[in-house]
Amino acid sequence: MAQLTFLQAIRAALSEEMERDPSTFILGEDVALSAFGSTRGLLERFGPERVRDTPISEAGFVGAAVGAAMAGMRPICEIEIAPFIYCAFDQIVNQAAKLRYMSGGQARLPITFRTLYGAAGGAAAQHSETVYPHLLPVPGLKIVVPSGPADMKGLLKSAIRDDNPVIVFEHAALGRTREEVPDGDYLVPIGKASVKREGRDVTVVAIGAMVPRAMAVAAHLAGDGIAVEVIDPRSLAPLDEETLLNSLSKTNRMVIVDEAHLRGSAASEIAATMAEKGFDLLDAPIKRVAALDVPIPFSRPLEAAVIPDEARIAAGIRAVLG
Amino acid sequence: MDIGKEVVLEMYRKMHRIRQFEQKIKDLITAGEIPGFAHVSIGEEATAVGICAALRPTDRITSTHRGHGHLIAKGGDLARMMAEIYGRRTGYCKGKGGSMHIADFSLGILGANGIVGGGIPIATGSALAAKLSHKDDVTACFFGDGAANEGTFHESLNLASIWKLPVIYVCENNGFGEFTPTASATSVKDIAVRAKGYDIPGYVVDGNNVLEVYRYASEAAARARAGEGPTLLECKTYRWEGHVVGEQAFITGSYRTEEEVARWKARCPIIALEQEVLGSGLIKREELERIAREARDQVEAAVEFARQSPMPEPAEAGEDLWVE
Ligand SMILES: Cc1ncc(C[n+]2csc(CCOP(=O)(O)OP(=O)(O)O)c2C)c(N)n1
Repeated sequence: MAQLTFLQAIRAALSEEMERDPSTFILGEDVALSAFGSTRGLLERFGPERVRDTPISEAGFVGAAVGAAMAGMRPICEIEIAPFIYCAFDQIVNQAAKLRYMSGGQARLPITFRTLYGAAGGAAAQHSETVYPHLLPVPGLKIVVPSGPADMKGLLKSAIRDDNPVIVFEHAALGRTREEVPDGDYLVPIGKASVKREGRDVTVVAIGAMVPRAMAVAAHLAGDGIAVEVIDPRSLAPLDEETLLNSLSKTNRMVIVDEAHLRGSAASEIAATMAEKGFDLLDAPIKRVAALDVPIPFSRPLEAAVIPDEARIAAGIRAVLG
Repeated sequence: MDIGKEVVLEMYRKMHRIRQFEQKIKDLITAGEIPGFAHVSIGEEATAVGICAALRPTDRITSTHRGHGHLIAKGGDLARMMAEIYGRRTGYCKGKGGSMHIADFSLGILGANGIVGGGIPIATGSALAAKLSHKDDVTACFFGDGAANEGTFHESLNLASIWKLPVIYVCENNGFGEFTPTASATSVKDIAVRAKGYDIPGYVVDGNNVLEVYRYASEAAARARAGEGPTLLECKTYRWEGHVVGEQAFITGSYRTEEEVARWKARCPIIALEQEVLGSGLIKREELERIAREARDQVEAAVEFARQSPMPEPAEAGEDLWVE
């Protein structure tokens, strides 16, 4: 066990998996110099063939990752900031996600996409969006959103070993968070939620950077005698419905906290599933706490008004407790 | 081509305004007074100014993440720009956009852009609109050398060529896309040669020589207005500062040499123009000094305006999404 930051956990997962499997390689914009630090040092270790800078051409290099995967490689493709995925949407949605199915199970697409998402203060609408809801309805993609260094390492390693396309969303504000991370071959299975805190009064499902925020609220509300259970689904597709329903059968109340825009959010999808399968367990309507339905604004007070904060999460919890 | 004294003075004024504005932004971010991040264009002033000097007020531009210079060159108001970068409600976008998204539609500035290559099809569409409405307005499209590797660049040049659109594609080749040297990301030495593939004229221009940029831009604008279609101008220049202000804090190692930076600083576009006009006796030194002083004062006044301006109220986050 060592104390690692989120970024160090990413680097550990990448270098361990690249060491393990010579068919892996990294491609993306400025991965060699590593602007945000997640691939720092890998060029020196694995060389420019396997740590491959690309031109600024998302459709091109994302598609190249798809092609390389179909031809036997195991690409790890970095899209610097999540909204740039839109520039490569066809290659992800029409190609990577569909090719196996359309080819009657012939194609194998062991690709890991990694991307930085979320609002971290003053980057404005084209750099701050929570992008995963656009990909959630796409059959053939796995979507993973780690909330801390240990999950980051374990999920990224599983993503790289997965023989299907997996997109790992890494929150821009979590880079320096630090915790104990198991050494060596630590794998977190994709599709398994994590109960981050136990409680019997209400289940709070939180995603990505909303997890530490929900944990802070839970700690605070404990002082008022409210026992909040915080669950991190960790993977949105597939979703660990069982863990969520088990929690719901104990608490009978649920709040879902998502940094995405409310309409069409992951929170909406989870709420629909819980309502459909857990209706009899509910003592109150499910509450979604999500971003306001406007692009993420630049100015700090506006950004803060749009993204769920602790006050809004606490208010959501109190609302379902009645 | 004879360039009148007034045009030259105005270009000199704009270049100083950009230099002072960008230097100020850099200082304010470094001092922690303004939030977020910004891409400044110190050293690249001649390209923005030479292009926009050839445009009319009704002509339009699209810009990039490194857009302050383009906006100032097209007549952008320093105070409202500064207020936007401060996130104030008096800013051009009421605090919703910030440095990377400033726009002033009344001046034909269709906006900076946070997406590399995002503005290129937009400029193309703006030119299409001029053509469809039988106006002889042109659109100048600024983008970087890095953007010339995006599909949008290639798709746009093809469209503009087949539709003979009145657009000037202005590639500011400043040597880098983020931390990657242009040479290692681009198939050709001169991006201008890519024009050939789309059967349009393409020229390599000294992007640090404002008079040369102005001449090429004037010619391209004249062609566009005459219905002869698009032109690609590759303006070779250099970014003196980092990709983003403060990058030293998070990148390790360097991606260029001190000598290279010094070599380009010795080719300062502002000093080059000074030498040219003083040498020809067109303008006196005192006049130039006065212009430089005025630019400094304007930037100080802009900072003051921004500091005094209120922040937006949280409820304003819900406004401006829809045409009501
Ligand atoms: C679609 C997209 N990809 C990547 C980025 C990240 N990014 C911002 S600026 C930049 C470099 C752009 O280089 P260039 O076009 O040459 O312009 P310069 O910064 O040199 O002015 C990159 C890669 C982005 N904003 N948008």
